[in-house]
Amino acid sequence: MTMEDTTETQWDEDGRLEVLTFDLQAEKFAVEAVLVREILDLLPETVVPGADRLVASVANFRGKIIPIADLRLAFGLPSAESTMDSRIVVVELDVDGVPTQIGIRTDKVHEVTTLHRNASETPPTVGLRWRRDFIRELVRTPQGVIVLANIARIFDPLLGGRATPAVLAPALL
Amino acid sequence: MSQNDPVAAFRVEAGEVLEQVEQGLLDLGHRLDDHELIDAVFRGLHTLKGSGAMFGFDALASFTHHCETAFDRVRKNLTPATPQLIAVILSAQDHMRALIEGDATDRKAEGDAILAKLQAALDGAPAPTPEAPPVVQGWRLSLRLPPEAMQNGINPLALLDELRTLGDCRIVARTDQVPPLAELVPTECHIGWDIEVRGAVSRDDLEDVFIFVLDDLDLQIEAIGDTSCDDVEDTAPPPGAGTTPSALPPTRVDTMPPAQDRDPATTPNGRGAPKTGESVRVPAERLDLLMDRVGELVIVQSRLSQLAHSSGSNATDVALRSISEEIERLASELRDTVMVLRMVPVATLFGRFRRLVHDIARDTGKTIELSTDGETTEVDKTVIERLADPLIHLIRNACDHGIEPPERRLAAGKPEIGQVRLSARQEGGEVVITIRDDGHGIDRERVRAKAEAHGLLQPGQVVSDQELLQMIFHPGFSTAPQITSLSGRGVGMDVVKRTIESLRGTIEVASVSGQGSAMSLRIPLTLAIIDGLLIRVGDGRYVIPLAVVEECIELSLEEDLRSRGRSFITLRDRLVPFVRLREMFATGTKPSVHQKIVIIATGTERVGLVVDQIIGSHQTVIKPMSAVHCNVPTFAGATILGDGGVALILDVVQLVALGQHQEERLRAVA
Repeated sequence: MTMEDTTETQWDEDGRLEVLTFDLQAEKFAVEAVLVREILDLLPETVVPGADRLVASVANFRGKIIPIADLRLAFGLPSAESTMDSRIVVVELDVDGVPTQIGIRTDKVHEVTTLHRNASETPPTVGLRWRRDFIRELVRTPQGVIVLANIARIFDPLLGGRATPAVLAPALL
Repeated sequence: MSQNDPVAAFRVEAGEVLEQVEQGLLDLGHRLDDHELIDAVFRGLHTLKGSGAMFGFDALASFTHHCETAFDRVRKNLTPATPQLIAVILSAQDHMRALIEGDATDRKAEGDAILAKLQAALDGAPAPTPEAPPVVQGWRLSLRLPPEAMQNGINPLALLDELRTLGDCRIVARTDQVPPLAELVPTECHIGWDIEVRGAVSRDDLEDVFIFVLDDLDLQIEAIGDTSCDDVEDTAPPPGAGTTPSALPPTRVDTMPPAQDRDPATTPNGRGAPKTGESVRVPAERLDLLMDRVGELVIVQSRLSQLAHSSGSNATDVALRSISEEIERLASELRDTVMVLRMVPVATLFGRFRRLVHDIARDTGKTIELSTDGETTEVDKTVIERLADPLIHLIRNACDHGIEPPERRLAAGKPEIGQVRLSARQEGGEVVITIRDDGHGIDRERVRAKAEAHGLLQPGQVVSDQELLQMIFHPGFSTAPQITSLSGRGVGMDVVKRTIESLRGTIEVASVSGQGSAMSLRIPLTLAIIDGLLIRVGDGRYVIPLAVVEECIELSLEEDLRSRGRSFITLRDRLVPFVRLREMFATGTKPSVHQKIVIIATGTERVGLVVDQIIGSHQTVIKPMSAVHCNVPTFAGATILGDGGVALILDVVQLVALGQHQEERLRAVA
């Protein structure tokens, strides 16, 4: 595993990055489009007693048992009821070379969009109420600031530091 | 991986050839001048060199070339086979394996070091024994090919022509086995040959002609005229015995253990014999995929049957039910068929341990013999893979701690050679693998002292013999006075036990002081699908493996209230601790009025689980938990229910440990 891969944003040579944007509460988040496998309606979830609150339940994703994560906890947002617009974004990480899918509960999924490096800022060291290492970039767009989340880093503690983003995947949208 | 990828195919083939060469080398270690084995090893190396070069593994080809050359000298009696030479070639094997697996760029130095050792082994060898080949006037050969030889591409004429190039030949066809015309199959070879070759030809020259068909061939070579006694011995076998190693000179038999000698599976011909029947090589991941699909089918089928059974009684509903039942039958048959596909004989596992024992014996200076039986016993592929590490540890323990050094064995009146016996057999839905050694056994006094020192036992506490022996599986427990490089590798007996338990298996220990120990692993045949008991706790549904369920009893509300604070019940004069799953899982729900206690047992330990409802038995396709949940110990996996929902599978071992812990706490209070 290379630590650089999980901490540096993979801009292409033109300084662009394709991401999928989604809402959590009033914030707009993004994950790299290459990590996204699928976007699903909410699934019936099964609570796993004793599991970390970040991934408190599992669901049946095409015969596979995948954890369902609530990123609100990672970003200190209050929990909320699901709505008509709630969706699950399935992302894939590499754990010791084994592709591992995780469903992320979101309030609303927007679209695949392109972020530009020259509009991005590394998160400030002060004045941020979130854990800095959970965020790759803050990117200004006409619709407001988008938070590019560092998915591998968020789940890393649960995976014992073995996670890397699964790249080279076909974007599914 | 593509099936058609020739390089991948070469890797697989080469791996098998290497395995055969390794087995040959290990056998050769016991019978240094067995020509059959020397030839087999040589052929293996030759094949590896040739096909390696063909597929662009140049480093492999050139490296193997040196080993082949060395063995060629052995084969031609220019150099004797020595234990040193075999050891070097064994280590060269590991290098070849690395060359086959990966790239050869940074391995040059490693290879050169081995080649230097190889040269040293060749130089250091004593002068070749029969340096001057005996002068003979000629040879008499009797040759017969198997009937299907020509279909296999063997051209007898070419062989005869090659013989003619060696010297003056007189060839007489033997037609005594040619069947009547009506029964004659023209593509089969019914003719044998008696051949006399005159001239200064060595026996090896003759055998060289047949080197690639030796396995299938009935060939006898006799010298004409005066020969050295060595040759007389080799040509002694009676007609018909052919070239099988059963015709070994009697003087060499005493160096071999009878058990191993008689075992047909360990003789080179037994292993190398051409397989009858057709088989298809399928990548393992395709089988896994197939199993997944079957698992999904079983799930969908149970949804269908749920729907069918809740439907009414009009004609369509009845038809639906009948279809559903049919599909249920088909799905279960399909499941059984696929399960059989995944079964592999434990021989694939046992084969690896011969090398292990060989290496340990060399490192410890002990003489140890590994014998195996029941290699044909079949176990699920995944089980086999996960058994490898624990077995390596147990065998290492047996060799390192169990078997005594030769001098102590002799002093104790035992044969100098230590025996480790590995056996497998099927018993119902389980396979039992036993590792037995004839070492000094487990020192119960020392186990007890150690257990008391660790606080696992109170001084003077009475425990059963089995309980005492099971102490060795506690973490940090080692009765060996000193840790050696072999056994102190971090994989403790506790890890062995945990691995076996994660396979839903158990370990039994038996030991007779001074006579040896035996560890018996009982493992279920498959991991993929189990019979489960579906229960409800709060709003969640869970599965308990049915195999561990002893009984289910009612927990009345009064008893529940009465037992607050002291969570055990009396069951046939035994106190059984119980765990309220509702509390443990913090469901936040009220207890059901008709709570049940499911009594589960592993070995002699029992624990009760209080559940809200018992839903019924359930064909459980086990799915692994996601990696993010691997730190949740209570669950061994999950399964998908008929309605598409997920039920978690309880990890029985963890729960029993929890119950036991609770019991200990209670005892401490009382």
